[in-house]
Amino acid sequence: MNWETVIGLEVHVQLATKTKIFSAASTTFGATPNTQACAIDLAMPGTLPVLNKQAVNYAIMFGLAIDAEICQESVFERKNYFYPDLPKGYQTTQLEKPIVGRGSVTIQLADGTEKAIRIHHAHLEEDAGKSTHEGDLPYGMSGVDLNRAGTPLIEIVSEPDMRSAEEAIAFAKKLHSIVTSIKICDGEMSQGSMRFDVNVSVRPAGSSTLGIRTETKNLNSYKFMEEAIEREVERQIDLIEDGGTVAQETRLYNGDTKVAKSMRSKEEANDYRYFPCPDLLPVLVSDETIEELRQALPELPDARQNRFVSQYALSDYDSAIIASDSNMSAFFETVAKDSNNPKLAANWVMGELSGSLNNAGLGFTESPVSAKQLAGMVVRIADNSISGKMAKQVFEAMWQGEGTADEIIESKGLKQVSDSGALEKIVVDVLAANAVMVEDFINSDESKRKKKLGGFMGQIMKASKGQANPQQVNQILLQKLNELL
Amino acid sequence: MHNYTIAELIKGLQNKEFSSVELTQHFLDRISQLNDNYNAVITITGEQALTAAALADKRLASGDAPAMCGVPILHKDIFCTDGVRTSCGSKMLDNFVPPYNATVVENFARDGAVMLGKTNMDEFAMGSSNETSFYGPVKNPWATDSVPGGSSGGSAAAIAARLAPGATATDTGGSIRQPAALCGISGLKPTYGRVSRWGMIAFASSLDQAGPMARTAEDCAIMLNCMASFDEKDSTSVEQSVPDYTASLGNSVKGLKIGIPKEYFSEGLHPGTELAVREALAELEAQGAELVDISLPSSDLSVPAYYVIAPAEASANLSRFDGVKYGYRCENPKDLQDMYCRSRSEGFGEEVQRRILIGTYCLSAGYYDAYYGKAQQVRQLIQQDFSEAFKSVDLIMGPTCPSPAFKFGAKGDDPVAMYLEDIYTIATNLAGLPGMSVPCGMVEEKPVGLQIIGNYFDEARMLNVAHQFQQITDWHHQAPEAV
Repeated sequence: MNWETVIGLEVHVQLATKTKIFSAASTTFGATPNTQACAIDLAMPGTLPVLNKQAVNYAIMFGLAIDAEICQESVFERKNYFYPDLPKGYQTTQLEKPIVGRGSVTIQLADGTEKAIRIHHAHLEEDAGKSTHEGDLPYGMSGVDLNRAGTPLIEIVSEPDMRSAEEAIAFAKKLHSIVTSIKICDGEMSQGSMRFDVNVSVRPAGSSTLGIRTETKNLNSYKFMEEAIEREVERQIDLIEDGGTVAQETRLYNGDTKVAKSMRSKEEANDYRYFPCPDLLPVLVSDETIEELRQALPELPDARQNRFVSQYALSDYDSAIIASDSNMSAFFETVAKDSNNPKLAANWVMGELSGSLNNAGLGFTESPVSAKQLAGMVVRIADNSISGKMAKQVFEAMWQGEGTADEIIESKGLKQVSDSGALEKIVVDVLAANAVMVEDFINSDESKRKKKLGGFMGQIMKASKGQANPQQVNQILLQKLNELL
Repeated sequence: MHNYTIAELIKGLQNKEFSSVELTQHFLDRISQLNDNYNAVITITGEQALTAAALADKRLASGDAPAMCGVPILHKDIFCTDGVRTSCGSKMLDNFVPPYNATVVENFARDGAVMLGKTNMDEFAMGSSNETSFYGPVKNPWATDSVPGGSSGGSAAAIAARLAPGATATDTGGSIRQPAALCGISGLKPTYGRVSRWGMIAFASSLDQAGPMARTAEDCAIMLNCMASFDEKDSTSVEQSVPDYTASLGNSVKGLKIGIPKEYFSEGLHPGTELAVREALAELEAQGAELVDISLPSSDLSVPAYYVIAPAEASANLSRFDGVKYGYRCENPKDLQDMYCRSRSEGFGEEVQRRILIGTYCLSAGYYDAYYGKAQQVRQLIQQDFSEAFKSVDLIMGPTCPSPAFKFGAKGDDPVAMYLEDIYTIATNLAGLPGMSVPCGMVEEKPVGLQIIGNYFDEARMLNVAHQFQQITDWHHQAPEAV
């Protein structure tokens, strides 16, 4: 039987506010445990929450970015359950009246087609702390770190509109691109800034009823997400084909061990006893606020992609890749403008620079080679001062902090020889020194001659210590050989 | 000095008849001599009090001190006090010392008032008799075999016994007014949002409101001037300027329309209490006030609605007491589940556990609409009753509670009988309205309270009328024989 996969995502996005959603404690990642938790975050008796307006604005901005309804009166509720890293014994979140209503996100697939994924809603809530079961804790105790407790989140809930892991990943990447472009999230997946819960079910192809779904929680990389989905789809199909049924349950996937397991069944699910939080007033959003935020909304990835095509004459493919990443886009635009050569700028930003950053685990904002430096090098490629091959050496040296492109070209003596007189002399010398090859070239038929040109080029580049301008050499060489025919 | 009202003490301090240190020492001495009889005070902060009093004397000497400067008071143990144990009457917080002050505590400290200590209370403010405190019951100074009312029974008894001239208190369903009535003192629950809830340990957040307790309405006005403030740290605090509540105390009651709800004089009301209240109303009528019969038709729904909403909110508010971060943790838990269960079963008393269970049940899947949803609808009806009534009257008056102080254990086996103690006070909490109780007579040698309910933010008018009533009566000056 043919099976269709149905996927819906719940995405937790940490908002890039300086302070927590209900307290003035810092949200900076990586601090010593429990140094960024104030009395409110610790749920000390008598403390009360005060809503961070910036978090509300960020949520509205997300809603505007996906063209969603903004609810002008949203309500915080308490979601009750006990866990040591949940200090109040309830999470303050939204349920009946979330701040962002229905919207839509368009994804591009590898074959170039586009697909709209509907967003059911997005709501504001607070993050929990972290429990740790490792370290030097005595008597087998567990530790609780409440630094993360109270970090503002929006939870984005999609409709079950995705039909493959590829679509789910494309959707996740598109959300990442949107939230980083409008700068409401730092997008650092390794720090948990975006986390994905994946709802997966399967059904016979052509069926219009949904199968029983499982939810795999807390995936924090595209790779783990893809693996988790593929394994889960396979598991469900095997189960059904063997005559079994899928149990509605919450599952965990361990990306390191590649093992998925059931966390709790539907029967074990908590009754969260939601009710409106009496410590917070309904969040009222005026038309003016929405309009102000709409006006100030940074460029969205789709608009940027279109602009790159028209403004810089990039290909659809190149502009899509660059525009999906706001930091990469900013970097590219500086290089393109400073070098006045967008095509070369795009090649270098997407190629050598992206690769190096990736290997080093760095982001574009942390690049050892600045956009200005890279532009300086692109200018030297464009004016034929250096060849593409030399540029790789220059780039490597810039990466190592050896200076600007011009400084490195100078110090390494990498300057390309483009003086036609000098080049002609090198070509003549090489031809004279390789009489056998010349004889062979003359005696070959037309079709083989082209291949044999490479041999002369190699000799010439060697003789010039790699500094000869290859295009010019090619011209001169052809001209000299033609004279001999 | 202990028979002086706060207004009189302020004059005495400002006229240098006595110093704040002398005054503070006097009350500390009284507490150490007499508190064992009443168990009203559970933490005495003598050293800190004398230091604060010395500072207050300096401010007084400079001639530019706020009204409350140098006046000793007690704080209900529900208000967090920096560096001083704040137990909320519970074993759960017996070891809890907050690193911050409640805004109410801060406001009094700012004006130089002197904290003598912390008062006993029903555990987490859940109770109407002060029998649920981990620190034992408070005894009513008028009859030590009887309850002082609750949950602010410690504050009320301390004032009645002249252990302090005033005290802070809180009221979620009647916890200021009912003990004020039973102990023969004055107490005011302001409009919801008038006084900050920051640092006040939550029972039912949408109903909790702090207010003053003292012997006279004038003293309550002086204390409220200091207590009331808009507070950015409490999102439900209302940004509205605080009037000088003492400014209008002298206004005449002539022409004032007082609504008398028939539902507050029905079955269950002690005939002696009814008589005292009717006589008090007649006194006001004689002063030119007009009595108007009104109806609050949804009154009988207020107790059932309250006992859904308050426990529901409490069940969530008390979840933080889990043995993880502070407070009581059971010995040798064998796992997380065991730690939660035993810490909470051992740390909370019976009434608190009962209300957590009721609240949890009311919010459970499948029951929410029938209980919590319905109760919220009732709440709206009660609000509508009041707003309808206030179209034709300025204030509403009736008894504070159905009968005078009852004996210990009298209602211990019957939670519903206990819940009915607050039958006349609960509706104002559900509506968010201000309510007050002032002494208006004696029944069986125990005090009776007259309840005054005002419109939103109309505390000044309530205090004015209460003050005028106290100009023509002397119930507020009567003291228990032992005192």
